[in-house]
Amino acid sequence: MENSTVDLSAIERVEAARTAHLTAGAKPAKVLAHDVNVYYGDKHALQAVNVEIPDRGVMAFIGPSGCGKSTFLRCINRMNDTIASCRVTGKITIDDQDIYDRSLDVVQLRARVGMVFQKPNPFPKSIYDNVAYGPRIHGLTANKAELDEVVQSSLEKAALWNEVKDRLQDSGTGLSGGQQQRLCIARAIAVNPDIILMDEPCSALDPIATAKVETLIDELRSNFCIIIVTHSMQQAARVSQRTAFFHLGTLVEEDSTKTIFSNPKDQRTQDYITGRFG
Amino acid sequence: MTVVYFTALALLTLTAYVLASRRSVALSATGVRMHSLPAYHGLLAISLVIAPMLLIWAVGTPLVSQLAASNALTNFPAEIRNDALQAGSALREIKNLAAGQHSGDVSDALRAATDTYSAWRTSGNFLLLIIGLTAALAGIATSLRMVSGQFRARNHFERIVRIVLMACAGVAVLTTIGIVASVLTETIRFFFDPNIKGRPGILDFLFGTEWNPQQAMRADQGDIKSAYGFVPLLTGTLLITAIAMCVAGPLGLLSAIYLAEYASPRMRRYAKPVLEILAGVPTVVLGFFAALTVAPYIRGWGEALGLDVASESALAAGLVMGMMIIPFISSLSDDVMNAVPQSLRDGAYALGATKSEAIKQVVLPAALPGIVSAFMLAMSRAIGETMIVVMAAGLAANLTLNPLDAVTTITVQIKTILVGDQEFDSAKTLAAFALGFVLFFITLILNIIALRIVRKYREQYD
Ligand SMILES: Nc1ncnc2c1ncn2[C@@H]1O[C@H](COP(=O)(O)OP(=O)(O)OP(=O)(O)O)[C@@H](O)[C@H]1O
Ligand SMILES: [Mg+2]
Repeated sequence: MENSTVDLSAIERVEAARTAHLTAGAKPAKVLAHDVNVYYGDKHALQAVNVEIPDRGVMAFIGPSGCGKSTFLRCINRMNDTIASCRVTGKITIDDQDIYDRSLDVVQLRARVGMVFQKPNPFPKSIYDNVAYGPRIHGLTANKAELDEVVQSSLEKAALWNEVKDRLQDSGTGLSGGQQQRLCIARAIAVNPDIILMDEPCSALDPIATAKVETLIDELRSNFCIIIVTHSMQQAARVSQRTAFFHLGTLVEEDSTKTIFSNPKDQRTQDYITGRFG
Repeated sequence: MTVVYFTALALLTLTAYVLASRRSVALSATGVRMHSLPAYHGLLAISLVIAPMLLIWAVGTPLVSQLAASNALTNFPAEIRNDALQAGSALREIKNLAAGQHSGDVSDALRAATDTYSAWRTSGNFLLLIIGLTAALAGIATSLRMVSGQFRARNHFERIVRIVLMACAGVAVLTTIGIVASVLTETIRFFFDPNIKGRPGILDFLFGTEWNPQQAMRADQGDIKSAYGFVPLLTGTLLITAIAMCVAGPLGLLSAIYLAEYASPRMRRYAKPVLEILAGVPTVVLGFFAALTVAPYIRGWGEALGLDVASESALAAGLVMGMMIIPFISSLSDDVMNAVPQSLRDGAYALGATKSEAIKQVVLPAALPGIVSAFMLAMSRAIGETMIVVMAAGLAANLTLNPLDAVTTITVQIKTILVGDQEFDSAKTLAAFALGFVLFFITLILNIIALRIVRKYREQYD
């Protein structure tokens, strides 16, 4: 552990949360972060983050810009590996398996942890090929018929099938912004991940497309563990069951969404959700 | 004279700007709301000075020397005046004498002619200066009169800018058209002018398998049908280009992938310029490297394997030419791959793609149009390259696809034909134009194919 200032109170909170779950008979955590620190070169971007993310359901990360939400999200599928200057310490487990363990294959990890980005980034390929990309590289389907089925069901789950079923061979980049984002979601769920990370998935969308994506998230949450970063407090309140508030590189408070928005424990959370800063 | 004219132009330009913008400033100081900023009134005034003065100079100067020359020649007898050759040499003498560079005896007629010539030129140029100055002053006056609150100097200047830019683009286009037209006329003469001795028919040229213009020089005894067969040149060109592309294509593309995707930024910073230096090596140097270093090696290896290798071979030239065009492919492909947005790579990685999968399935397809044009550019370079081939592949027009033989290319033959003293209406010289035209045609076709490919993938991938 690089960092000596371990945030004891945070650990206590996590422990409390864990016992709370146990007593409530809830399922054990899907993702568990313990004392996670992230550095970009010399910049200490995330400090001693401890959090427990339950399986099935939506967890929202909120907080002012630059507080490290995306950074933490990218730790969970190790996308930070692609940034040369970035260094992660601490421990993150998914299903009790340490994802920063040497023996773990990051390619397999990312097949289990899908990601949807802030800006829709469909590949410059046909709609069909976009969705089929993941199943193809992981060899998930045995033949064309199965692949067709996966593509159709993913597009259906992403609420896009009806709009594109007659033009699956058209380019994915020719869709509207909202359709592109749903295509990216379909692409992510086509590999049947356990967890879907979404980094401000609606920030480039208009209210109608946003509503569609939110409905979609609501439907997906019974099958997936979804973690969503958002700047919209209303959105967090609408789609998530639990919310974590980040501030200046620390995780300030994590609780059920209702509690965070009605009765936060920390003054900073209170200030943020009432719009006093950020 | 020219100096005086352009000094006047510069001074008047300055004056025009200062006067017009001052006037505009003064006007706005009196409370008039100006549509355009003072600078635009000034710039418009400048245009009204420069445009007429340049026009007058461009039209007037040739006119004056024309007039001076024809008047000077009246001092000579009619038989000299009417013979183009003699008139030309007389005119040259007049000009030399006027410039004080004449050596030898000076006849009375020549002296008189030179005096006339100088007199006409001096007064003509003086007249030009007067006209130019008048026009410029009129321009300044007009622009000053136009300065007012509602006058849209900014919009008018915008229009002038557009015309100037259009003229510049026009020069480039017209030059190209001019070159093509001149090559085309000479080519047509080569094939159809009945006055040219020893010219071949079009079909003999396009499908003949023997190239031997030296033989056609002695037109009466040479077998003309077999002198200008273009096929061996074409196969030679294609053979060497193919070898060069076999070397440069994979090496260039793979090093581009390394530079763009795998190399650390530091490595890239150093490796890329070093690779680009390769493109800056003069082709003469590469040529003797090919002839003196590479060719003997190939010959040695070939003989060790029991192959019959010519001392100058297509392989040697092709290999070195391949080295030369690697940077065109690697550097351009590297640039286009870098331009592929990081978000696309992230998308692939987030789905669990490995690095090479992401490159192969996402980055390369997205960069394909750019990569194709890089290849086409490299190929045009290879087809147009002369020096390496002259030195390493020889001059013998063998019709062969064996890379170990000596071959020759279109460009090399153009060069061979045009080196040395020329008569410009012999079939041999005109053959160079025909070759040039064919070369132009081939590169044109290549470009069209490239554009097609690019467009096809653009449709598919954007
Ligand atoms: N690639 C990087 N290199 C260096 N520093 C970075 C990098 N990415 C992020 N940072 C820094 O880390 C901190 C956290 O950034 P992060 O992107 O996680 O913020 P965020 O909470 O997602 O903000 P936003 O809401 O604006 O997206 C910021 O101070 C940022 O400057
Ligand atoms: Mg972010």
